Amino acid sequence: MTTMADTEAPPEAAARATASRFTRLHDFGIVLTVVVIVVALSLTTQTFMTTGNLVNLLDQAAVIGLLACAATLVIISGAFDLSITAVLAVAAIVAVVVTTHAGVPAGMAAGVLTGGVLGAINGLVVISVKVHSFIATLALSIMYRGLAVILTAGAIVYPQESRLASFQALGWPTVLGGITAASLLFLLVAAVCWVVLARTTFGRRIYAVGGNEEAARLSGIRVGAVRVAVFAISGVCAALAGLILASRGGSAQAGMATGMELTAIAAAVVGGTSVLGGEGAIWRGLIGVLLITLIGNGFNLLGWDTIYQQVVQGALILGAVSFDRLLRGRRS
Amino acid sequence: MSQPVRIDLEGFGKAYGGVPVLRDVSFTLYGGRVHGLLGENGAGKSTLLKAVCGAVAPDTGRILLDGEPISVGSPRDALRHGFALISQELALVPAMTVLDNVHLGRWRNRLGWRTGREDGRTLARLIERTGFDLDPSALVRDLPLAAQQQVEILRALASGASVIGMDEPTALLTQTETDRLMAVIRQLAADGTAVVLISHFLEEVLSVCDDVTVLRDGRHVVTGPAASQTPGSLVRHMVGRPLELFYPEPAPVKDAAPVVLSVRDLRRGTAVRGVSMEIRAGEIVGVAGLVGSGRSETLRAIFGADPRDGGAVEVDGDPVPPGSPSRAMRAGLAMVPESRKEQGLVLDRSVRENIALASLSSRQLAGFVRGGSERPAAGSMLRDLDVRGSDLGGPVWTLSGGNQQKVLFGKWLLEKPAVLLVDEPTRGVDVAAKSQIHRLLVDLAAGGMAVLMVSSEVEEVMGLSHRVLVMRHGRLVAEFARGEATREQVLSMAFADDLPTGAAPGPTRSADPTNYPESSRNSTEEHE
Repeated sequence: MTTMADTEAPPEAAARATASRFTRLHDFGIVLTVVVIVVALSLTTQTFMTTGNLVNLLDQAAVIGLLACAATLVIISGAFDLSITAVLAVAAIVAVVVTTHAGVPAGMAAGVLTGGVLGAINGLVVISVKVHSFIATLALSIMYRGLAVILTAGAIVYPQESRLASFQALGWPTVLGGITAASLLFLLVAAVCWVVLARTTFGRRIYAVGGNEEAARLSGIRVGAVRVAVFAISGVCAALAGLILASRGGSAQAGMATGMELTAIAAAVVGGTSVLGGEGAIWRGLIGVLLITLIGNGFNLLGWDTIYQQVVQGALILGAVSFDRLLRGRRS
Repeated sequence: MSQPVRIDLEGFGKAYGGVPVLRDVSFTLYGGRVHGLLGENGAGKSTLLKAVCGAVAPDTGRILLDGEPISVGSPRDALRHGFALISQELALVPAMTVLDNVHLGRWRNRLGWRTGREDGRTLARLIERTGFDLDPSALVRDLPLAAQQQVEILRALASGASVIGMDEPTALLTQTETDRLMAVIRQLAADGTAVVLISHFLEEVLSVCDDVTVLRDGRHVVTGPAASQTPGSLVRHMVGRPLELFYPEPAPVKDAAPVVLSVRDLRRGTAVRGVSMEIRAGEIVGVAGLVGSGRSETLRAIFGADPRDGGAVEVDGDPVPPGSPSRAMRAGLAMVPESRKEQGLVLDRSVRENIALASLSSRQLAGFVRGGSERPAAGSMLRDLDVRGSDLGGPVWTLSGGNQQKVLFGKWLLEKPAVLLVDEPTRGVDVAAKSQIHRLLVDLAAGGMAVLMVSSEVEEVMGLSHRVLVMRHGRLVAEFARGEATREQVLSMAFADDLPTGAAPGPTRSADPTNYPESSRNSTEEHE
């Protein structure tokens, strides 16, 4: 038995050194951007570093944050879910309708359940109809919006007056420094998703399915089951976001949060989660959410004209994704 | 052709992240000659070729074209000077025709409108010159790999290339296709082109090249006429010391060893048409056969990677349900698949995660990964398999082919399967890792595992197996005990009546009855 694998060390080490250098730069880049914005806002405004503003910021981030958790999970598993905001709308409407008949807890539970079921349907459709999840969930999202219109007959739905107050409880500040219940819900869900992805065997399977579906399958992973589960979780996250929106507004309607799924996907990708699947992390999605929310917050605090806000947001997303592409290009 | 060109490469150096992969490499290429570039995986061959053809920027080094320094900062520059690179990953537009690809980006036009006739005539002339059997109007995506490669060669010629670099052009070709390509390479040289050829197949290099250069660890070792080298001398240059490659002798199977794997009348489409076999504990059974004979499909159907159309598989007498790798694993089967990149590894994830992937459930607590037991398990597997080049946390893609392959084995060995199915155990790995993997297979069998191995290298099958099965057209057509048959006997059984007969199963490659695909292609051995 000869041992002379030593001849092949240098290029691997080189490739790896290059890789890790860029990975670090990559991580660092996005965090640095956020830090720069935070420092700039703290210095240029009196109001940024106040408890009130930070609590407000977190509350603003809750809905998009939950959607970004959903988007991050699905993207890492190698798919897209364009139906999250349609699921959000249906879940919110179901929550309102059930609340009217059976009370707030039942309504909330029904909303979450709806999200899970619609998500699981997404997953089942994606694994059985072999079209790309992008197309499948786009079509399903149109159906869900239609379902929402049917459920509401095109109108805005409200819980009755007597239950409105408790229905809006998610928007209330809590004893924790005035942080809203919605914010706490978001933080809790994000933490759970984070732990699931980073620490559990299920999380490992998600990465494997997204990174190399065939290798995962041949390693005995039930790819279909993993996909359905991920879509179901995505649906639940979307439903929770829907509950927050409905609770804030005290109502729900078929057109809720239209287009926000794209912002959520952008948040995930801006943070560095790869659109190719198999790579990424919840914290990356959260950084992306923070960045996007900070831009809105900054425009507000600085008194800048918000008509430019979308241009800045879009440019930022494009920049981050191009950067990601550039770094990936180094690989081969 | 007028005066043949002379290309001096001077002092090429390149480092990635501070680690040099090329160090001060200089040698000379001549028009009209084929120059072989050799070295182990990672010796710097591809990097050098890419640097010469403008695909990567070297840190140091210059090119003299007939004594004049030229600058090749980009592939476009390089092309302008007549340098064309045909890399391992073909760069064609699948949805375009052969004609469009050959003239890609340089279509003749008038004010932006294509004037295709002249392009067509150029292509016709090139096809005539090379003798390629290509339909100019065929879509590239419909062509077999070998034909796509021909399209790349035509493109290089159409651009007027006087220097053509080819990075492992024969790695995925059958012997017939390889022979044809070699003839074309000779002809290019005869027309005055300088061809640089990277290949792992030493005999191929020696047969086609006029000159050879060997690199080791990014350094230039030797340049000289191919005629003065033998496969043995090349290996010595490549590894820096004499290396004797031999197949370890498998331990004899105990008389009392029970049958572990039993396959009866296995069927899968037209690829597997009734295969039966029994493998005992400690036995290595090798399957030889042509590409497309159903070798891989048999393994995949046993493991459940593909559904079965009929037949039964049993491990230790218990039936293995069809079509489910996870159930096959529970029954004690494991499969190292044919392509580690496409089917085996999650390249972006860490070595540790890849090793743990097939046995996650056995190291978990309430769904959580038990890092405390995973880390040492994966770590000791890395040590046992002598995986080098990374720790547990590094992504698998940073490893060399040989080390990646070991990780792939490691993934399955964590669970101690009763039966190991191995498809192409050493494809694309360097000599050292190859002999380590051979030793590993023999050791595993000695420890009581039943091993069913498929390999395109008939020497490997014969060298490692207790029994050799020969497959043809989806059926087992011969069985030889160890040492019972010569290589020629095995090959002739693999080919036998194998002239394509209309209903011949699937591969897009033609089978030539006089050659065994990938035979005599065991990269660096002088084995016979």
